Amino acid sequence: MLTLTSAHRDAMIATCVRALPNEGCGLLLGSEDGTVTEIVASPNAANSAKLYEIDSRILLRAYRRADEESLSVLGVFHSHTHSEARPSPTDVRQAPDPEWHYVLLSFCEVPSVLRSYRIVEGSVVEEEISL
Amino acid sequence: MTALVRIPTVLRPAMGGDTAVTVEGATVGEVLDHLTTSHPDVKSQLLNADGSLHRFLNVYVNDDDVRYIGGVDAPVSNGDEITLLPAVAGGTL
Repeated sequence: MLTLTSAHRDAMIATCVRALPNEGCGLLLGSEDGTVTEIVASPNAANSAKLYEIDSRILLRAYRRADEESLSVLGVFHSHTHSEARPSPTDVRQAPDPEWHYVLLSFCEVPSVLRSYRIVEGSVVEEEISL
Repeated sequence: MTALVRIPTVLRPAMGGDTAVTVEGATVGEVLDHLTTSHPDVKSQLLNADGSLHRFLNVYVNDDDVRYIGGVDAPVSNGDEITLLPAVAGGTL
């Protein structure tokens, strides 16, 4: 389960709205039990409506801050602008860490849909988001 | 030159659980060559067959992403910290 506040949810949505028409993205910082304490917005280094990549400098700074504050990088969020809020085959293939939470935001539906998944060895399982 | 290489969580099983290792080398390429010689299980996750950096690996010397400072030719000084992080990327393509 991923636990976050409505402010965290709104920050993810705002980041992805600002990135339109491209995919938006960022990182989730928090405690290892899956409680988010901070949203780290990132530019989409892929600069694309169909691909995303967290900016490498943002990634390094997020890990360093997590170390300094005894937090964990819990996962990543990104938007799908033209498809549902479910990891694509590319998302699954490139998922960097089996411990992570993968949050997907879709603008295909109104209001926009936010879902969270675990991706372990190619297997995708949706998890509950506790607001 | 001796650098401290920080190992990301996902590579630690192939590195015997080490979180950081000290490696010799005057360039990023030399450091990674020495690292993959002593830990051959991680080679395919760090380098392509031609010795170039894997597309989905970020390598930093201190605060700098090596893509912007010469790639595998980026110089390494004594005491530098080299951080390896998997790139975080995906998409609908």
